[in-house]
Amino acid sequence: MKKKEDQPKNNSFTLFLGCTVPVRALNYEIASRKVAEALDIRFNDIPDFSCCGYPVKSISHHAYLLMAARNLALAEAKGHPICTLCSSCCGSLTEANHELQEDKNLRKRINEDLYRWVGMRYEGEVRVQHLTRILHQEIGVRKISEKVQSDLSSLRVAPHYGCHYTKPSAIYEKLEDPENPKSLDELIRATGAQSLSYEDKLSCCGGGVLAIDEQVALGMAQRKLEHIQAKKADAIVLICPFCSVMYESNQKKIEKVFEKEYKLPVLYYPQLLGLALGIEPDELGLKMNRIRTTDLVKKALRRPA
Amino acid sequence: MIHSKDLDPHFKLLIAKEPGGENIKKCFSCGTCTAGCPVREITDRYNPRKIIRMALLGMKKEVLSSQFIWLCSSCYTCYERCPQDVRIPELMNAIKNIAVREGYIPSAMKIQIELLSAFGRLLEITEFENDKRKEFGLPLIQGRTEEVKKILKELGLQHEEERGPA
Repeated sequence: MKKKEDQPKNNSFTLFLGCTVPVRALNYEIASRKVAEALDIRFNDIPDFSCCGYPVKSISHHAYLLMAARNLALAEAKGHPICTLCSSCCGSLTEANHELQEDKNLRKRINEDLYRWVGMRYEGEVRVQHLTRILHQEIGVRKISEKVQSDLSSLRVAPHYGCHYTKPSAIYEKLEDPENPKSLDELIRATGAQSLSYEDKLSCCGGGVLAIDEQVALGMAQRKLEHIQAKKADAIVLICPFCSVMYESNQKKIEKVFEKEYKLPVLYYPQLLGLALGIEPDELGLKMNRIRTTDLVKKALRRPA
Repeated sequence: MIHSKDLDPHFKLLIAKEPGGENIKKCFSCGTCTAGCPVREITDRYNPRKIIRMALLGMKKEVLSSQFIWLCSSCYTCYERCPQDVRIPELMNAIKNIAVREGYIPSAMKIQIELLSAFGRLLEITEFENDKRKEFGLPLIQGRTEEVKKILKELGLQHEEERGPA
């Protein structure tokens, strides 16, 4: 068991955006910052973070570790744990962190190159957490439900856990059973909305093969849209921007390829939470959602009688 | 038909030396990986059990030059379920790392390397993104991260030299 890191001071984190969020999921970032503010989570920013390293894992494990270590070293210098919005960034940084913390010889080798090429070292002192995990573990569902202002009880939403938020469970110290995760369901219920169970709830969005084989990726996403539609859900709730690329950005294409209609609104969890906390829809980036959320918002803004 | 003279018995040892490939020899071909694979549900071109079997047999060229090793979506379902802790997504990465060194790299991955080298990220942060960030009161992001290019160049993954206008 590795050493237990200290709890973050005053709920301060360094926000790691990754590649997808600032370009394709600004609404996720906007809502996350708003919600964090409402729950006294403080974000620090580092403008020269790069890609987490995930895409080069299949090309060169060494390059992946160097890219991840560079980001981890930048965060280490600031002294706060990392909060990611992207599940893939979370998995990639956590896994690299795990390897570099466990294997001192590996860390030494990585640090030699890192120092020689970019003048940095990583000492293995940073903690990496997904925003959803912070909300669930550090803020907690009870505190969240106490802050709820709007009645979302008529909303029926389908949670999508995605893959890298829970797996591989070994790097997350088996915090949550990846075959039966509950945190996102609990967080959804904390907002007052109904969390639906549906077929293939834990299956992958397909994003991991999008660049290699679009048809396969679209097929994977389509199956889930089909299963969620069968449950007559008001929305799918996501915690990863790349899952959104599959379910939202590509939903029209999926409808065309498979000759089906879904028109399924896609919400990031912080957007749902923001509505529950009484934050104005415009401040949650909901106008940037490609599939209209107007009906959802109407339901959400119904105040308790 | 598989001919034993075409097989490379050292291939599995090569994979086992690669980060992520260490546990390949523990596989007893139970097929749990393939049974739960979400990619396999869509296409039979991806079959992790078969790929591992081929690798263990020593079908080096067939495996390294194949498209199918690139079809793993890294969802880690098989990683969690494998009774032998073969860590299949990491094993696939180990095989892909070897494939890249042997010159087999899909064009999609080449493009990703070029993007990372140019921008430090897969998607470029232009003035447009930073203007939008200003509009919403978000902190600005550095447009380029030269250090990523440096890392990729030093590792020999990025060969393109900066070229002037043609």
